[in-house]
Amino acid sequence: MQEIRDFHAFPDAQGRFGQFGGSYVAETLMAPLAELTEAYLRLRDDPAFIAELDRDLTNYVGRPSPVYFAERLTRHVGGARILLKREDLNHTGAHKINNTVGQALVARHMGKTRIIAETGAGQHGVASATVAARLGLQCVVYMGAVDIERQKINVYRMKLLGAEVVPVTSGSKTLKDALNEAMRDWVTNVADTFYIIGTVAGPHPYPLMVRDFNAIVGREARAQLLDQYGRLPDVLTACVGGGSNAMGLFHAFLNDRGVRIVGAEAAGEGIATGHHAASLAAGRPGVLHGNRTYVLCDDDGQITETHSISAGLDYPGVGPEHAFLKDAGRAEYVGVTDDEALAAFHLLCRTEGILPALESSHAVAQAIKLAREYPKDGIVLCNLSGRGDKDVHTIAAREGVTV
Amino acid sequence: MNRIDRRFAALKSAGRTGLIPFVTAGDPAPEHAVALMHALVESGADLIELGVPFSDPMADGPVIQHASERAIAKGVGLADVLGWVAEFRRRDVDTPVVLMGYLNPIEIHGYVRFGEEAVQAGVDGVLLVDCPLEESAVLAPLRDAGLRQILLAAPTTAPERLANLCKAAEGFLYYVSFAGITGAARLSTTDIAARVADIRSHANAPVAVGFGVRDAGSAKAIAGFADAVVIGSALVERLEGVASATEVADRVLGFLAPIRSALDAG
Repeated sequence: MQEIRDFHAFPDAQGRFGQFGGSYVAETLMAPLAELTEAYLRLRDDPAFIAELDRDLTNYVGRPSPVYFAERLTRHVGGARILLKREDLNHTGAHKINNTVGQALVARHMGKTRIIAETGAGQHGVASATVAARLGLQCVVYMGAVDIERQKINVYRMKLLGAEVVPVTSGSKTLKDALNEAMRDWVTNVADTFYIIGTVAGPHPYPLMVRDFNAIVGREARAQLLDQYGRLPDVLTACVGGGSNAMGLFHAFLNDRGVRIVGAEAAGEGIATGHHAASLAAGRPGVLHGNRTYVLCDDDGQITETHSISAGLDYPGVGPEHAFLKDAGRAEYVGVTDDEALAAFHLLCRTEGILPALESSHAVAQAIKLAREYPKDGIVLCNLSGRGDKDVHTIAAREGVTV
Repeated sequence: MNRIDRRFAALKSAGRTGLIPFVTAGDPAPEHAVALMHALVESGADLIELGVPFSDPMADGPVIQHASERAIAKGVGLADVLGWVAEFRRRDVDTPVVLMGYLNPIEIHGYVRFGEEAVQAGVDGVLLVDCPLEESAVLAPLRDAGLRQILLAAPTTAPERLANLCKAAEGFLYYVSFAGITGAARLSTTDIAARVADIRSHANAPVAVGFGVRDAGSAKAIAGFADAVVIGSALVERLEGVASATEVADRVLGFLAPIRSALDAG
């Protein structure tokens, strides 16, 4: 592959990140996507829109989120300093709100009155229901029946916020099927409906737009590191399902070649068992949900069912920009198992008094591994993308505890 | 000349409207897949659209999605579909066959390999739902092998894009008669007629109309202005759970014969 000078020059006008990305959708969606692209590219450079978004991020989301030195965790591990970017402290408890606040504003500027969303762990569904309530928009959230079962609290939160949660019973009854169903709704109701995709996947302009709205995470963190530590980190890490929190953290650092970038995918019960969701570590290039990216599929091209203890990482594709960064050699992607994530979850609870989401626990586990590779004055910056309150039932059930 | 072009030329000179049934390959039963194709022809089909099952059929409604899931559960893959077309060709060398589906199975199979194998089997064209004109450079090996790429146009297609689609259209242009998934039931004949007239003014290729055509009545309404009518979900629904080859043939005839007569009653 040709040497890439400026990683911030991607995607191109067709939404391509090298061979990845694009708009692989049915004809009926081409016009709505073109309309959205046109509106978004206009708003993206509009000072009034930027100011409006900044106000919401400050006053509603609660930004900036702190960068926190996990001192006791660092001492326990005995390696480089582990810093946590505290996206768990955002309103609604995860990075997802950065994107939904942004897309909801785009929806309002486009005159749409109805919002639809897909959700896996429920965090994006809650974040969508939240912004819909705030702007007085109707909200329908598609969620796999399996995920509804393992994320009951978030389902109830969405209902409290006035959203309708539609169970999806087709296919594997998880995130990918919810995405299919939301896409079908959008095809049928494009005139009044705005589809808020929750991750950096889907057809152009979603990978671009969702990344842009989450890129605040890395921009803030980069400035905070320079301000508080006078230097950039040695290595970044974040969990990768679809990859929105990871893209959010990584983007500002892509042209800082001295900063190593490591994405943590869900290795489930271990990549060798086949029960995992590590699309980049174990998949191959294919086409899913409107873009070319790495996918998990069999030799007939059928998308395979994935496994992860964390519903938010349980996805057989991944954002195309991650696929691009992998092939360009700019980022590494490694697997973290359910057990490793759980161990990291407990360790962070006990050493720092922070309950991380199961998704984010994968990043913490990876940060611990990385800290051991660097000297004590090194810095590992880990995106703590969400809080774990939603997961306590899953963890209790797995550990045989009745709550 | 490709079988598709030959068939549309024949329809035109006979003054007939084409009938294009869609079935999901391997549903209701993989062992009757070839018998089903022959039954379609014997019941009046002019061209067969054969759905290649895919695990994530984003643009399809529940009927075709479930047919796809049933076929996959029985182990149906791209190689089986090509094998059935080859077997069908032993008795039928005239009826065009278009494979309809999604890109990933072909991408994983390999574009060059698929193009060669499909032509070898007797496939005439492909309609890849998630591969719009803008992304169709990847299909060059298929076109080089001699397959027609059937393009879709929709009510939401902007005028400028429509002109490009019409220019690029080969085989026939498939007009999706409303903005929704397959199998939904909404159809305003006047709107469709106006739109198809517009397409005809741009396109050299024949125009087939689908999405929402369910029976003789709705097919007849479209026959007045389209070169061919596509019927999918309603037929797939009719075949669900049918176990014997005889019953497959009976159901197909029972469903298609009235539509065929309505189209021919001109």
